[in-house]
Amino acid sequence: MVRLFGPLVGLFFAVALLWSFGVGAIQAIREPEPTTAVQEFHLAPKEPEPGFSFNGPFGKFNQAQLQRGFQVYKEVCSNCHSLHFVAFRDLAALGYTEAEVKAIAKEWGTKAKVQDPKTGDETERDNVPADHFPKVYYAGTGNPPDLSLVTKARHEGPEYVYSLLTGYQEQPAELLKKYPDAKTPDGLYYNPYFANLNIAMPAPLADDQVTYGDGTKATKEQMAADVAAFLTWTAEPKMEKRKQTGWAVLGFLLAATALAYLAKRNVWSKVH
Amino acid sequence: MADEAIVNASGTDSPAVHDGAGVDEGVRRRDFINIAAVSFAGVGGLAVLVPLVSQMAPSADVLAESSTEIDISQIAPGQAIKAVFRKQPVFVRNLTPVEIGEADKVPTSSLRDPQTLEERTKAGKKNWLITMGVCTHLGCVPLGAGEGEVKGEFGGYFCPCHGSVYDTAARIRKGPAPKNLEVPPYEFTSDTVVKIG
Amino acid sequence: MSFPWAKEYKPSHPLMQWLDEKLPLPRFVYNAVGAGYPVPRNLNYFWNFGILAGVCLMLQIVTGVVLAMHYAANSGVAFDSVEHIMRDVNWGWMLRYAHANGASAFFVVVYIHIFRGFFFSSYKAPREMIWLLGVTIFLLMMATAFMGYVLPWGQMSFWGAKVITGLFSAIPVVGEPLQQWLLGGFAPDNAALNRFFSLHFLLPFVILGVVILHIWALHIPGSSNPTGVEVKTESDTVPFHPYYTAKDGFGLGVFAILYCTMLFFLPNALGHPDNYIQANPLSTPAHIVPEWYFWPFYAILRAFTADFLFIPAKLMGVLAMFSAILVWFFLPWLDTSPVRSGHYRPLFRKFFYLLVIDVLVLGYCGGSPAETKYVLISQIAATYYFLHFLVILPIVASIEKPAPLPFSITEAVLGKDDQTAPAA
Repeated sequence: MVRLFGPLVGLFFAVALLWSFGVGAIQAIREPEPTTAVQEFHLAPKEPEPGFSFNGPFGKFNQAQLQRGFQVYKEVCSNCHSLHFVAFRDLAALGYTEAEVKAIAKEWGTKAKVQDPKTGDETERDNVPADHFPKVYYAGTGNPPDLSLVTKARHEGPEYVYSLLTGYQEQPAELLKKYPDAKTPDGLYYNPYFANLNIAMPAPLADDQVTYGDGTKATKEQMAADVAAFLTWTAEPKMEKRKQTGWAVLGFLLAATALAYLAKRNVWSKVH
Repeated sequence: MADEAIVNASGTDSPAVHDGAGVDEGVRRRDFINIAAVSFAGVGGLAVLVPLVSQMAPSADVLAESSTEIDISQIAPGQAIKAVFRKQPVFVRNLTPVEIGEADKVPTSSLRDPQTLEERTKAGKKNWLITMGVCTHLGCVPLGAGEGEVKGEFGGYFCPCHGSVYDTAARIRKGPAPKNLEVPPYEFTSDTVVKIG
Repeated sequence: MSFPWAKEYKPSHPLMQWLDEKLPLPRFVYNAVGAGYPVPRNLNYFWNFGILAGVCLMLQIVTGVVLAMHYAANSGVAFDSVEHIMRDVNWGWMLRYAHANGASAFFVVVYIHIFRGFFFSSYKAPREMIWLLGVTIFLLMMATAFMGYVLPWGQMSFWGAKVITGLFSAIPVVGEPLQQWLLGGFAPDNAALNRFFSLHFLLPFVILGVVILHIWALHIPGSSNPTGVEVKTESDTVPFHPYYTAKDGFGLGVFAILYCTMLFFLPNALGHPDNYIQANPLSTPAHIVPEWYFWPFYAILRAFTADFLFIPAKLMGVLAMFSAILVWFFLPWLDTSPVRSGHYRPLFRKFFYLLVIDVLVLGYCGGSPAETKYVLISQIAATYYFLHFLVILPIVASIEKPAPLPFSITEAVLGKDDQTAPAA
């Protein structure tokens, strides 16, 4: 039975597939899919000079850079973007003391929302270190994403954030000539690193927009790299511990596996 | 790790081919390697247990709430509030001079858990009685801190579960509870703010 | 059953003797994976993957049970609870990465195990039942992995759930009500998430049960081996312990090194970035793909783009995707060649390597965006896939002239077997 019906079923699927193939191939030849502006002008993310300190199996965060990045987030990004999965207490990992964390939480512009149990009214109180960064409600057009996980939610996340922030430019004349329909609509901004080339966020960074406490010159590229590093930390705060643990585990496993190999050879020496 | 049993390798299958004095040395070295391999597997197995066990300990967000600050400026003498400390009620009570007097009047030798009111409050802040709202019997929340709740026959707290009665210093006076209501670690960070924990 | 020369369990300690009388569990273990189980002496490293698959299952169960202590199956908080595990729970990041990468490791190991079976025809008599149980395990694994992927409630979780349950809507008449029944609603939401969590917790234990049957069935005829020649005498076998416990110990070490490299240094390499965005029922990600281990089957699903005769393309795709796995159930009766091992089947071997390449191509196409060129390639590759199992294997079995087989396993290993001397 199986030997009778098996080949029939196989041929049935094969013919159906080749039918699909034929229909698809003829269509592809008759009306080839037109190329799009995105295919031609979208750019892969690039790394800042001289590269991120946290990349690679030995990579570590640079605390000074994370603090600068936090400053950029606080003074620029936090006007529209939430950071909801991060708590103020987590900032201790950036090198802030307990008192500094407490002050940052207390002075944070958006207050924590609480409901008065008696009246049911929404009231506000100062944030405390145990609180997460309060959600930012954005009334304008567009939908600013929460940034806590953004570097893990994009391919090559840190490079993507850096490239996007520094990638704003005029729409190339070449593009407009070839794809007149792809002109950036009003209210959007051309950015070749953005998935569909037109982003709702206006260029957020300009040289010297923030004043760094450590004297680093606040160029656009510097701020973009700093905030990209900070957002890598927010997405993966346990990265350094992960890599350290990884090396310890691998070292142990290499030794154990070498011994296991020798033991296996011992055991088998009697039959080979 | 699956290879715990390698240690028996040369035991169950004694290599009869090896004879003579010189070979003993080799056999011993082989035993050593087998034992070392199994030991490594054992150590690895134990190391795996560390995260599996410690994941059940309080997580960072729970630990972050292990201290609580309470504003006591609104508590008039004779009033009490319930606050939350480590997900459990804590009673903050502003004692009246009468209540302090009642507490001081009791001879400590007559108490089940002998303690004076001084020992249960901070120096110079004898009117501020801060205790956990957890009955030392089996963990119910005693009545007496809320507005209009029964305070029991000693004017302190009364636990409805099994009838433990506490006095104005929150000391056990009657009923099954073995201890006075626990005083958590706390300090006055200012005249109106108490930090518990 | 066992070979007559299998060693008998003889406890020497009185306590063990007592235990053996009351509950012969040590005897059971001794006969299953101890010195009491004679195994062909010539198994190569491909025979390590069965044990490794068992290790992966235990790894997933242990990490999964632990993660379930912190995870909250509610569409409002599921995503947050996963981030809570990653950030606040002690070692939570490691446990979650171990579980997510453990799923991939499990599939890598099982795919190698399955293709070992293809090459050495491990499915042939008298081992058909082992094979049928194995395919059942694989189906259960796919269901479990799919439902587990939904739990973090990211964008890929949500849209994966929607698309895969959408497959059932292709079934005529009952399709749509069936999909709504599966989801407990019109689109994935709390009801679906909760039932997926419940089943994701349950199914691994069902898998464990079928694995026990799989191993039980294995111990009836005993393990197959790379020559495909059955065991004849004691010199063809060695006791499982210490020989294969030692070899499996080493294999496990190598596996652990590769797995831990992924876990600690590339934990998100096999995942999809979109799953770090919380589920949004109003916006589909630009390019949705399942996890890599479903890619070959996903490519087959997408390969049907035109209605065939009276059957809509959507239904054909679903039928073909399920058939692509179901066809494995019939392998023992499709491949009728009396020779088991691919080493002695020159023609079969060529088609086997073609199948490996074919499945890799299907996988690549399945993971790529639905562009015309990938669809066209996967249509050719899927055609070969079905022809291979259903047409080519039966034909090869009848026309092939196999290479001469060794007399015995011992002869294959040592170049001679004393048993053959009188015959020669």
